[in-house]
Amino acid sequence: MSELEAVIGLEIHTQLKTRTKMFCGCELSFGEPPNTRTCPVCLGLPGALPVANARAIHFALMIGLALGCEVAPRSIFHRKNYFYPDLPKGYQISQYDEPICSGGELAGVRLHRVHLEEDAAKLIHVGESGRIHGSQRSVVDFNRGGTPLVEIVTEPELRSPGHAREWLTLLRATLRSLGVSDVNMEEGSLRADANVSLRPVGTSVLGTKTELKNMNSFRFIERGIAAEIERQRQIIESGGAVEQETLHFDPSSGRLSSLRSKEEAEDYRYFPEPDLIPIATTDEMVSAARADIGELPLDRAKRFEADLGLNADGARNLAFRGELGDYFERVLGSTGAEHAVAVANWIGQLVARIGDADPADTNVTPQAFGALVMLVGSRAVSGAAAREVLDVLVAEGGDPQAIIDARGLGSLSRKDGDLATIVARAIAADPSASERVRAGNDKAIGALVGAVMRETRGRADGAEVTRLIHEQLAT
Amino acid sequence: MMDLVELTAAQAAAAIGRGDLAARELFDFYRDRAAADELNAFTWVAQESPEAGDGPLGGVPLAVKDLFCTAGVPSQSGSRILEGYRPPYTATVVERLARAGAPLLAKTNQDEFAMGSSTENSGFGPTLNPWDRTRVPGGSSGGSAAAVAAGLAPWAIGTDTGGSIRQPAALCGIVGLKPTYGAVSRYGMIAFASSLDQAGPLTRDVSDAALLLMQMVGARDPRDATSLDYPGSVSLPARTDLHGIRLGVPTELSSDGIEPGVLGAFAASLELARQLGASVETCQLPHAAHALAAYYVLAPAEASSNLARFDGVRYGLRAQDATDLLDMYTRTRHDGFGAEVKRRIMLGTYALSSGYYEAYYGRAQRVRTLIARDFAATFEHFDFVVTPTAPGVAFELGAKTADPYAMYLNDICTVPASLAGIPAISIPNGMAAPPGGGKSLPVGLQLIGPAFSEDRLLSAAFALEQALGFDGRAARR
Ligand SMILES: [Zn+2]
Repeated sequence: MSELEAVIGLEIHTQLKTRTKMFCGCELSFGEPPNTRTCPVCLGLPGALPVANARAIHFALMIGLALGCEVAPRSIFHRKNYFYPDLPKGYQISQYDEPICSGGELAGVRLHRVHLEEDAAKLIHVGESGRIHGSQRSVVDFNRGGTPLVEIVTEPELRSPGHAREWLTLLRATLRSLGVSDVNMEEGSLRADANVSLRPVGTSVLGTKTELKNMNSFRFIERGIAAEIERQRQIIESGGAVEQETLHFDPSSGRLSSLRSKEEAEDYRYFPEPDLIPIATTDEMVSAARADIGELPLDRAKRFEADLGLNADGARNLAFRGELGDYFERVLGSTGAEHAVAVANWIGQLVARIGDADPADTNVTPQAFGALVMLVGSRAVSGAAAREVLDVLVAEGGDPQAIIDARGLGSLSRKDGDLATIVARAIAADPSASERVRAGNDKAIGALVGAVMRETRGRADGAEVTRLIHEQLAT
Repeated sequence: MMDLVELTAAQAAAAIGRGDLAARELFDFYRDRAAADELNAFTWVAQESPEAGDGPLGGVPLAVKDLFCTAGVPSQSGSRILEGYRPPYTATVVERLARAGAPLLAKTNQDEFAMGSSTENSGFGPTLNPWDRTRVPGGSSGGSAAAVAAGLAPWAIGTDTGGSIRQPAALCGIVGLKPTYGAVSRYGMIAFASSLDQAGPLTRDVSDAALLLMQMVGARDPRDATSLDYPGSVSLPARTDLHGIRLGVPTELSSDGIEPGVLGAFAASLELARQLGASVETCQLPHAAHALAAYYVLAPAEASSNLARFDGVRYGLRAQDATDLLDMYTRTRHDGFGAEVKRRIMLGTYALSSGYYEAYYGRAQRVRTLIARDFAATFEHFDFVVTPTAPGVAFELGAKTADPYAMYLNDICTVPASLAGIPAISIPNGMAAPPGGGKSLPVGLQLIGPAFSEDRLLSAAFALEQALGFDGRAARR
């Protein structure tokens, strides 16, 4: 059997950060008590009518333009009909065959379409299962219902779970840079579904695809897609056929379970929404949307590379996590751009300590961070000691110089007679290593340097220690 | 002492304006009449008279079709699924009219969700025709039409989707006007078919219709995306001749399937129009023959979606002791909807189904476009198209309930203007005997005009009305 490759497409839903909902005047909800951000329109009361939010249309245009889409001069809303308690009208107002934007491309992945729709309300199932089946009762919070959503659909052009994750990271950074969404996966302002199929390498036919629904972190998306690829591979390699179905990935067990099969697929009976008029996108609307687009992450990465001398990976790591890029640029404001490479390297150290958090939300101010990098640069503090200072900054905040002084973490250098004394003690304590270094065995010097570093708790400058050892052994 | 029931709304407003009549006295008079209603025209009647306002309509009370949402007042669209439902807000047009001096007197009976032509599909029992209580008042705005004809309300508003204002107006011997689509806000109207529904007046005469319509149109409603700023204005009609008016009579809508009595009255009125100075010639609406078929795809399709919200989750009826969600949905909608509503939900769901959409909905939309073009072409040579409003006089209760298609044929003359979104008015056109013989009953004449031609339409209707001299007093006894 020939080798199989994965074909992956993504469907991304992003909640827009407008002031009001997609089709009514209710303000968007951020954790208010249930059902306090509602009106006849978003509750689907009899007789209420939707009116499209102009700001949401503006945001959708910004997204479409940033992704290189073609903007439709006329687009319309459709009704997607199905019954569910989180859908008060019995239909979702969405766009169907005439979306506001289509085509486009981001980092080599082509886009199918970008369209506007409304979010569903939130269902809460009371009972042990947490799902509607087996719950004692279910209650609905309509605060979220009617929140504007933009749906972005890619062509099936992603080749691996890692590629999907990396691309989504860039998309999120792009949306973030536009300021149109909070793009927070845990809070649900960014949600992704994946379509997965396998095919023999070198062919262009698409195999039967399955859909993975509602994965709520980049890690789960990567793991979910990987699990689904593996599941399909086993089916195909054992001579079976993949069935078209919708799946749920449970990150705690790593298992996939079927939500519904093709036979159970709904007929949504799409038809043009008669309560709304078409969106006529004028040149003025397009210009206004274009004017509101700032520097996009891909351009930012190029600038970091070309102007600041970062390597490609380093530049992307910062630019594709916009909050890191912002922090980076704020730090450069205090250090000067000539320290960009060092600052970028040290942000790697910071990320290792704060994970996915936004550094702007931590105790480490850009000024303190910049000061620390400068202290390392001037050899006032060793790398190892600076990492200790960073630990303290993350935990408590404060000023790096003060931390160094208080904890005695300053570099020991030639000027400090102490360092020469410590080196001499190390040589005296390990005559065999000293003898081998004298005989020209450079590898043996490691034992001596290590001893000095242990003694100084890493505060000594390694290069300086090496020079002192050679000096003392030469005499 | 004035005979209050014989005053038109305009006359009553004038009397109030002169100080000869107190608004409260008029309100109480009609409230008492409405409360003593024997026609089942109402689903709710006001308990107290409102504070007198100083709007241009003078405080003449208004009967409002059940499907308009009125805050705190039952608004059930004739359906058991909304029994006792009191909305938290008031429909834009009801609010506008109340502000203009037409306070809410009562809510009127209707076919369930406006689906029907006899008001027999109401979940709250049929309304009777005041001219003959063994007969229907037409529908779906049958309660409004019967109430105005019987003098239980000075005037009323209803809604027209395929003829639901004009046909009951014709069958009850009053005036009914369906405005241009978009002229009147739909906000707060419990929807039947969104692309067709339009509110309009049901009144004793053409002047009352003009007076009411003036206050219904105007600046577009920001809550209704399909509403429009009304171009021009509506004035009180005064013209009594039809000189220079070119009337087109579509052969497609004035021959087959129309009762001889109705055709006779229609021919006589065309002769009268000539005497008033109009030219009367035949015109062609080649696609009108397909209008009913297209309508009965489009309207049920939209209805199947519009009525999905009645699911027992948030308001209205909810089936008790359901075993699960699907069971709750199924039983709620089984118990709450009547047979005609279920029939149309089934029709509409089928028409929108994957694989059938193009054959039904898509084709019906194309027919709709062709009918609009037929009218546009006709209006290049004619000012108005005239037809009988309904193919027959009021029929007996139960006569057509077993045959939905026979019932649907009632809309044959009114549906084309609905599909084209253009205004049309029905005025009383004398009386005719039913096919089997018996007491004569009212007949309607329909005038159809181009979009936003309401002012001219009312003017021509007024001239005809003056010449026809219809006497509706018998129904108000
Ligand atoms: Zn709302």
